[in-house]
Amino acid sequence: MIQPQSVGVVAPQRAHFAEPLPLRSGGTLPEYELVYETYGELNADRSNAVLVCHALSGSHHVAGHYADDAKNVGWWDNVVGPGKPLDTRKFFVIGVNNLGGCHGSTGPMSINPATGQPWGADFPFVTVEDWVEAQARLADRLGIRRFAAVMGGSLGGMQALSWTLQYPERVANAVVIASAPKLTAQNIAFNEVARQAILSDPDFHGGHYYAHGVVPTRGLKLARMVGHITYLSDDAMGDKFGRSLRHGKAIYSYDVEFEIESYLRYQGDKFAGFFDANTYLLATKALDYFDPAFEHGGNLPAALSRATADFLVVSFSTDWRFSPARSREIVYALLHNQRNVSYAQIESDAGHDSFLLDEAQYHALLTAYFDRIKV
Amino acid sequence: MSYRYDYEVITQWIAPGEKVLDLGCGDGSLLKHLAEVRQVRGYGVENDPDKLLACTRNGVNVIQMDMEKGLAGIEDGFFDHVIMSLSLQAMHNTQGILVEMLRVAREAVVSFPNFGYWRHRQSILNGRMPVSESLPHQWFNTPNVRFFTISDFDALCEMNGIAVRERLAFDEGKLILDEPNFLASVAVYRLGRGN
Repeated sequence: MIQPQSVGVVAPQRAHFAEPLPLRSGGTLPEYELVYETYGELNADRSNAVLVCHALSGSHHVAGHYADDAKNVGWWDNVVGPGKPLDTRKFFVIGVNNLGGCHGSTGPMSINPATGQPWGADFPFVTVEDWVEAQARLADRLGIRRFAAVMGGSLGGMQALSWTLQYPERVANAVVIASAPKLTAQNIAFNEVARQAILSDPDFHGGHYYAHGVVPTRGLKLARMVGHITYLSDDAMGDKFGRSLRHGKAIYSYDVEFEIESYLRYQGDKFAGFFDANTYLLATKALDYFDPAFEHGGNLPAALSRATADFLVVSFSTDWRFSPARSREIVYALLHNQRNVSYAQIESDAGHDSFLLDEAQYHALLTAYFDRIKV
Repeated sequence: MSYRYDYEVITQWIAPGEKVLDLGCGDGSLLKHLAEVRQVRGYGVENDPDKLLACTRNGVNVIQMDMEKGLAGIEDGFFDHVIMSLSLQAMHNTQGILVEMLRVAREAVVSFPNFGYWRHRQSILNGRMPVSESLPHQWFNTPNVRFFTISDFDALCEMNGIAVRERLAFDEGKLILDEPNFLASVAVYRLGRGN
């Protein structure tokens, strides 16, 4: 064992795909670009590649930092690196910004070749399955026939699961964290509130706000505030903020009084400052639509019978957005099919956000699982 | 893990290629053994983070679950054998888990330390709670919550309509044929649904 280290300075790469990509929604992307990062070295057998799929607000920047921006550290830097659970001395790790994203891959902010204008609201609906197709083409480009593992948390976990169904022969292991086989009505409801916040912002302009030189920041901020409430647990919010008052007493104002208000506004503002509202809309819809059991009459075990990968499924005790019960649905469906599957429910007070945090038991489990993967 | 000569008995009762569920599977060593010598499709159940980690390191499928709450989610009759090796005495919901075991599997294999073993009786007669190879903990730190004898367990099976298909009893690894409730420290049962 070595002390965990950072992968250090990283730089994104781009891949252009000229072949049209047919989409689940019926549309087609005539051409597209994917921006991605890699960490570690692809071995001679090309057998040590691990694809890390990002969640709603994530990106291809999984680990390390940029030469010109040392503070811009990857979103899963605590998991990916030398001596870390996903050890880049052993694995070649890939992070990809998904289609429809706002971090460099083709998305609503890109130019629609048909109009010469940004796609905006005309960008086609993209699904988890479409993302996997695009990622598979990137894997082809990089010469990766089969991933040692595909891994993700939340919406990223859905992609990992979908990989095992769309390309079972190309995934040796799937690591599905704080995820679900489909959203519940309550979960879709939260997404709908977030979308309505954006759609009803006067600066949204039907999704073509770029042309108006404005950004629906108020809607996006509200959307993120709602999201943040659901990513934390009641206890974590209580411990962190309680009923703490900024002025020590009520001042009878709609300005920030309770610290939780300050936190949510800060998180909302920060997010609205860099994230694209159209991407947020698309990603929440991708979450809502994901339901591999749908075409099997709702029978998840039947849907997962295609999967041949070994699975590690992880949930967190206080995650109510993607509760442990949802992970267990995946586990029991895999068990039904006699697949290799291990499941752990990690004790954590941080709610859905736990999957991004340092939790010793969680990281030890990931380390143990990745250690035993033969490459 | 020590004191695992019940593994050999259990292995004899498992046919090649069976589907096996091991409740309280510890570090997964029994499942690993069964995978090697019986090519079973095995799954362990544990609720202890360190043991989950140990199973993962051993490359054994392990599912975190609180067995006290039953085995909901596992289909009726899915497994050929469900095993509970030296864990039944550490569970509160004794009757519940036996019902669940025979729901999810054709047969259950259960081993437990015999509280009625003569050394244990002698210890009680001498005024101290027994500490032995099969009951290695002190009264104040034992994970065990149920203290029962082979005769007690036979009576429970009869009361609950559980068929005892086979029972082997041991004294520190040696097979005991006579007076097992007195002379055996550990018993291993093969159980089925009664008529």
